[in-house]
Amino acid sequence: MRRSDLGEFEEVVLLAVAALTPKAYSVAIAEDLEKATGNTITTGAVHAALQRLEDKGLVNSYMGEATAERGGRRKRLFSVTPAGSRVLHQVRTIRENLWSRILPHALPKVDLAR
Amino acid sequence: MKKASNLDQPPTPPKWGDKLIEWFCDPHLQEEVIGDLHERFHLRTKNRGIDKAKNLYIREVISYIRLSTITQKAAGYSSPLFLHPDMIRNYLTIAYRNLIRNKGYSLINIGGFAVGMAVAMLIGLWVWDETSYNKYHRNYHRIAQVLQNQTFDGEVRTWWSQAMQLAPELRSNYGDNFTYVITASWTNDRLLSVGDKVLTKSGNFMEPQISHMLTLHMLEGTREGLKEPNSILLSESVAKAFFGDASPLGQLMKIDHRMDVKVTGVYEDLPANSDFANLGFIAPFDLLVRSDDLEQKVGWGNSWFQTLVQIADNADMDKVSAIIKNAKKKKVTAEEGARFKPELFLHPMSRWHLYSDFENGKNAGGRIEYVWLFGIVGMFVLLLACINFMNLSTARSEKRAKEVGIRKTIGSLRSQLISQFMSESLLVALVAFTLAVVLVWLLLPAFNEVADKKIAIAWTAPSFWMAGIGFTCFTGFLAGSYPALYLSAFNPVKVLKGTFQMGRLATLPRKVLVVVQFTVSVTLIVGTVVVYKQIEFAKNRPVGYSRDGVFSISIKTDEVRKNFTAFRNNLLQTGTIVAISQSESPVTNTWITNSGFVWKGKDPNMQDEVVTMGITHDFGKTISWKIREGRDFSTAFATDSSGFILNEAAVKYMGLQQPIGEVVKAFGREYTIIGVVNDMVMQSIYEPVRPTVFYIDSFNRVGFINVKIHPQVSPKEALEKSEATFKKHFPATPFEYKFADEDFAAKYQAEERIGKLAAVFATLAIFISCLGLFGLASFTAEQRTKEIGIRKVLGASVLNVWGLLSREFVLLVCIAFLTAAPIAYYFLSGWLQNYTYRISLSWWIFALSGAGALLVTLLTVSFQAIKAALANPVKSLRNE
Repeated sequence: MRRSDLGEFEEVVLLAVAALTPKAYSVAIAEDLEKATGNTITTGAVHAALQRLEDKGLVNSYMGEATAERGGRRKRLFSVTPAGSRVLHQVRTIRENLWSRILPHALPKVDLAR
Repeated sequence: MKKASNLDQPPTPPKWGDKLIEWFCDPHLQEEVIGDLHERFHLRTKNRGIDKAKNLYIREVISYIRLSTITQKAAGYSSPLFLHPDMIRNYLTIAYRNLIRNKGYSLINIGGFAVGMAVAMLIGLWVWDETSYNKYHRNYHRIAQVLQNQTFDGEVRTWWSQAMQLAPELRSNYGDNFTYVITASWTNDRLLSVGDKVLTKSGNFMEPQISHMLTLHMLEGTREGLKEPNSILLSESVAKAFFGDASPLGQLMKIDHRMDVKVTGVYEDLPANSDFANLGFIAPFDLLVRSDDLEQKVGWGNSWFQTLVQIADNADMDKVSAIIKNAKKKKVTAEEGARFKPELFLHPMSRWHLYSDFENGKNAGGRIEYVWLFGIVGMFVLLLACINFMNLSTARSEKRAKEVGIRKTIGSLRSQLISQFMSESLLVALVAFTLAVVLVWLLLPAFNEVADKKIAIAWTAPSFWMAGIGFTCFTGFLAGSYPALYLSAFNPVKVLKGTFQMGRLATLPRKVLVVVQFTVSVTLIVGTVVVYKQIEFAKNRPVGYSRDGVFSISIKTDEVRKNFTAFRNNLLQTGTIVAISQSESPVTNTWITNSGFVWKGKDPNMQDEVVTMGITHDFGKTISWKIREGRDFSTAFATDSSGFILNEAAVKYMGLQQPIGEVVKAFGREYTIIGVVNDMVMQSIYEPVRPTVFYIDSFNRVGFINVKIHPQVSPKEALEKSEATFKKHFPATPFEYKFADEDFAAKYQAEERIGKLAAVFATLAIFISCLGLFGLASFTAEQRTKEIGIRKVLGASVLNVWGLLSREFVLLVCIAFLTAAPIAYYFLSGWLQNYTYRISLSWWIFALSGAGALLVTLLTVSFQAIKAALANPVKSLRNE
């Protein structure tokens, strides 16, 4: 099914959910990704991705506690489902498989610090 | 301090973001979305400063505007649409159940409403008919009649008539302003004949372009048809009457047995709401000029005709009116009337029907007053019906308060409750509308009879239904608005706990409404009584002559004029009549005035004008007039052909001390006054008798034969004899007669019509008010069942209870009466000002109306009050 295909942004968000569990929610994920990529990531974009992931059955959600910063509103917390876990593992296997087959001089050298 | 407290609080983002999200975002997502936005803003403020945070906040909010957040998804709870089909069905069900459960109320509500709407509809149709006059003619906005203001002895009189020389003058010297200028005679009954077939039809002689001006719809022939010198255009119905289905084109006819004409066209009948409605035929004006030799006879001084104009397409009515102001004055000699300072002006077609009265040269309204009057009455009757509806709905609201409470608790929004009560009232209004349409359909023939109209309901016109339904919805909303807003404002906790009490203030609006209702009703009653009294008063005014058994025949052909004497002698021989004579005007309606009289002691500056009436001998005997001084005309004195008989008003007008024997110069010769008769009401019954001069007609101008039937002979027999004799002497003239008392009755027909309509509306207003009162009284009685039970147990008598329940309503009606009396006084004294001969508004009319209203109120309320008072207290107290 096409819908179970994972977009690039969705994959990153799914990974972030996994990394941040049990405190994975849209603001935390957006902040995290913003720090990691250096680009502005809006919560709206993350929220939409999370909704799509939930539709595909890759994440679960429940309402968490309220905080003062949120004006007393609750947050929606996400965790990865078994299906999500399988997809993540598959993706990882495919990638690692590919990485392992790259010959030592096939990739041009780049400065990773930049 | 303020700053510190600000630091404790997390910084909050601009409010508009929340508002925007709340507006578009799916409700079940709103909490997390707004929470996210706030937290992010808070974090950004901490890390990167408030300005940066605010800038990014805009981006954040916008990033949420996507399909996935807007789309409504079934989640934890749903919020159905404000007007969801299921809810509407529920409202209708509840409304239906409520109506069925309270059959009495429903009947009063719907019945009263239907009657109110039917009245409003009838009046609406009437007003529409009145205001749509002459719109059939496509050049409606450009057509006008030329009127003239002349000053007689300081008083300005407005004449609708003009000299036949005016139209050519306007055409040649003011032609740029007009498309058409037309001279026309007056629409009169004429004898039309084809071979042996003779019929009386009304028609007119007009200049040929009239067919273009009135945009006649030609069924046969063309509008150019009148250009032929001896032509005639027939209306469809007249053509049918003569020729049936055969084509009348080219057929030869005669008018009054003396003018030969050929039919050159047939036009569609003009509608009843046109001032030309009874134009059965049109013949060329030239034909009249030739056959009556008018060219020789009439000059600028004879304003005998009408001048109709259509102004040019680019012209302005007022400007043209100003341009032609002196057109006549420049042409006439002093002899012909320049001394009366004739000033011409245009009276537009759009104002002919509703603004036809002139006072002192200024327009003084006319029928428009009745249009306003009835329009207002219709609105009031409708208002009464609406008030009933509101009153009963609010009265019942206590019963439905629990329903409102439950609905609110379950989660109804106020808007939903409002829409519920609105839909209820709409339902009632629609049912009432259906009933009202049926009622109007049934009543219209009778209404047309009373109002002298030919109104039909345009069943197939979408505009009628749109107006009707739109009007119903409007009324439904209007009537429903009060209960809708009032009931929906109940506090559910109080209602359900049982502590909900409608305080004294809650009944105040209801009382105000009852007062308004009865104010209108009492005003209408007083109005009706006054109108009737005024008509009665004018009707019973001493007329000064006898109309009993007097009938008149209008003289239409020359044979009647020539052979009158033989006819007269023959008819007298039959013994069925007492007297027979001829006169210039009908007995009950003298219309000819003359001026230029000279008598001894006349003020040389006086611009005299008196009514003149040419008669033959025996006229006085025919109408049994009463000679005050001198004697009647007599065949014994040959000199009587130059004798005058004056009425008392004329004697006073001329200031004569010893009238008998005085010489008056008139019509270019000298007359001697031989007698004085008492004043006779021969014109308006509401005006003083005008100075009138009677003389033996020597100009052959007589137009009517007057006959007095022998008192011992039945009118039927006398008429049969008269007809037989008439036929024998005048074979070519149809025998058509009118009784003087019927003619006289026509004088107060307009007022009588108003009186009848006012009576009908007043009755309806009272009826509707009483329905409302009845409903309210029964409600009050029901509400106080327990109280009444306890009172009875403690020893109250039936009378006590009756007084208890009636007192409040009686008080309200008294207040209403006190409000209505000055209003009625103000309007009615204004109305009576129109009549010189009028009643005074005496106090007892008001007292009677007030007492009547009170009596009706008591009867209405008592029914319920006594029912409640007679009820067994055990029953009402048994269950709690």
